[in-house]
Amino acid sequence: MDSKRAGGSILAAAAALVLFMTGCTEKEQSAPETEFPKVEESVLEAVPPYEEDAASRNGAYLVVGFSQVGSESDWRIGNTESYRNTFTAENGYYLIYEDAQQKQENQLKAVRNFILQEVDYIVVDPIVEVGWDSVFQEAKDAGIPVILADRSVSVEDENLYTCWVGSDFQREGRRAGEWLQNHLRASGRGEDEIRIVTLQGTLGSTAQIGRTEGFQEVLEQQENWIMLEQQSGDFTQAKGQEVMEQFLESYEDIDVVVSENDNMTFGAIEAIEKSGRTCGPDGDIIIISFDAGRAALETLKDGKINAVFECNPDLAPLVSEIIQRLERGETVEKVQYVEEAYFDSTMDLERIIEEQSY
Amino acid sequence: MNKMKKITGMSLFLPIFCMLLVMAVNIVYDISSGNFAFNFFTISVRNGVLYGRLIDILNRGSEVAILAIGMTLVVSASAGTDISVGSVMSLAASFCCMLLAGYGVSSTNDLAAPLLVGVLGAILMGCLCGAFNGFLVAYLNVQPMVATLILFSAARAIGLLLCNNLIVYVRNESFQFFGGYVGFLPTPIVIAAICIVIVAVLLKKTALGLYIQSVGINKRASRIAGLNSARIIFLCYLVCGLAAGIAGLVSSSRISSADSNNIGLNYELDAILAVALGGNSLGGGKFNLAGSIIGAYTIQAISTTLYALGVSTEQAPVYKAIIVILIVTIQAPPFKAWMKRMSAKRALQKGGAAA
Repeated sequence: MDSKRAGGSILAAAAALVLFMTGCTEKEQSAPETEFPKVEESVLEAVPPYEEDAASRNGAYLVVGFSQVGSESDWRIGNTESYRNTFTAENGYYLIYEDAQQKQENQLKAVRNFILQEVDYIVVDPIVEVGWDSVFQEAKDAGIPVILADRSVSVEDENLYTCWVGSDFQREGRRAGEWLQNHLRASGRGEDEIRIVTLQGTLGSTAQIGRTEGFQEVLEQQENWIMLEQQSGDFTQAKGQEVMEQFLESYEDIDVVVSENDNMTFGAIEAIEKSGRTCGPDGDIIIISFDAGRAALETLKDGKINAVFECNPDLAPLVSEIIQRLERGETVEKVQYVEEAYFDSTMDLERIIEEQSY
Repeated sequence: MNKMKKITGMSLFLPIFCMLLVMAVNIVYDISSGNFAFNFFTISVRNGVLYGRLIDILNRGSEVAILAIGMTLVVSASAGTDISVGSVMSLAASFCCMLLAGYGVSSTNDLAAPLLVGVLGAILMGCLCGAFNGFLVAYLNVQPMVATLILFSAARAIGLLLCNNLIVYVRNESFQFFGGYVGFLPTPIVIAAICIVIVAVLLKKTALGLYIQSVGINKRASRIAGLNSARIIFLCYLVCGLAAGIAGLVSSSRISSADSNNIGLNYELDAILAVALGGNSLGGGKFNLAGSIIGAYTIQAISTTLYALGVSTEQAPVYKAIIVILIVTIQAPPFKAWMKRMSAKRALQKGGAAA
């Protein structure tokens, strides 16, 4: 029975090893979700004054918990920078930043952590629109105002959150449509048949719905515009490229590509060039993009994109303004939009690129 | 009749038949929508490179085909699956881009290290992960699913750490080569073909294939017969990791960036499915590499067909699932037995009528 015992001990050793490994795994996994333990320590440092002397609360730092979607795009990184630069100690804030790595579970966990840590304000950029009711109720019960930024939520009771700050995606889409209308008229193609395809973002996301609807509004007024097909490219370059390849196979003649973010646009340009066609102001296909990151502006300068509509990532100053107003006991509007611009090949792009923050 | 039976009796008949069936849908669709009947199959040369939907299938299916090679060996030798390949792809891609761009850099046009360093880095990282899985399964006898679960969940996170939580862009032409073109052929097709040929020759010219099968059928008997079972299983996982490394390199070169969260997402499932669609038993033992490769391209053929039919990307998985169920059913032993019984019955009736 010696061999059996040996087998048993090997198994036990293996089990121990697996346990040890999975232990490692968890650690490694949680590590990229920001420097959480470090933050906690500093929170502890920041918290005592509150408890010792509630009256001095107003004089101390305002603790803001921010749950970010992830770091999936240049836009998102610019957005995170905006928060980091605004909610600083000099401005009287203490920011707890949580990266959810594009998983809602992580966000729910983060918000519950914020509640436990008794932060003053919670800012959430919700990954998806649904599933927020109970956790927002918990925040409300704890008396912590929730401010939504960028993406929105659909909850039964709108009073669960204080307000929403972000881009008017529908307006972006509408402006893109209007730009196309003017551009076609200026280039003498106002009456021609215009064949359009759309690379949509992740279906159901606020940006996708708004941009699609906004563009649709203009499209419906134009009898000579034909929407050949709309497919989701999931906001990623790889998927955008794959879907664009299929569009090019299916339709011999495409005049306009509306791509609902920059990353998909890069994929689409690659697919177009591979197929032997050209795009941009001097090319066969007009390309309209959204987001306007620095890389997209450079591509615009290279003459491969016709126009790109900004989605301003600099939301934090407006969020900060709202928090200050709430501190003073004022009421704030439920929906607040940030200022946004658009860029096309006729502008002084050198200067714009230098100024672009992301 | 005899000839027919000979063809249908071949082990590769069903996988190939299923793939052709999927593609045939396109002929029907093209005719019904008034296009040229073989629109789907037309291959043309544009801009000096091959262009067409068949090329797309071969091109886009490359990663899964490469993964399927490793997965077939793993399934055969250890009667288990390596579910970490998708995550390992992502890790290899992240490591490669990190080497090429330098740590903490999110976008670069110039390579920080020679291209070869990045490529070898990706491949070595794949091998390292494969060796780790292989060690757990072969020498510590951990269940394959459990052993590979570790890297399944950890590899992506390690990749994010390597890339400092960013998407690292390497916008350099020499790096884009692996997802681009060599001559008039897309490079991924060439890479997949080279991998397939090397492994096929290795299996054919040496006794390795036989060894793997015998270990898969009965590990102890093989050991008693003089094979080093543990080493053979280890080797299979190593090859699987290597395949994942190569696939990761191709995947990241395609988009000239390392998107840790999305590269290779759910590819482990496609790779396992490819093995199953190829008519291989997931219970280990006998295997058919060609079947798995055909399975891999069948999966891509389904996706491309759904695109061609204009099915929205959100609904596509439903149709994909239905098609997969059909293909698996056709190849299931009970179904085959039923078909045999039916044809025997018919033959009997015919015979009865003649008498």
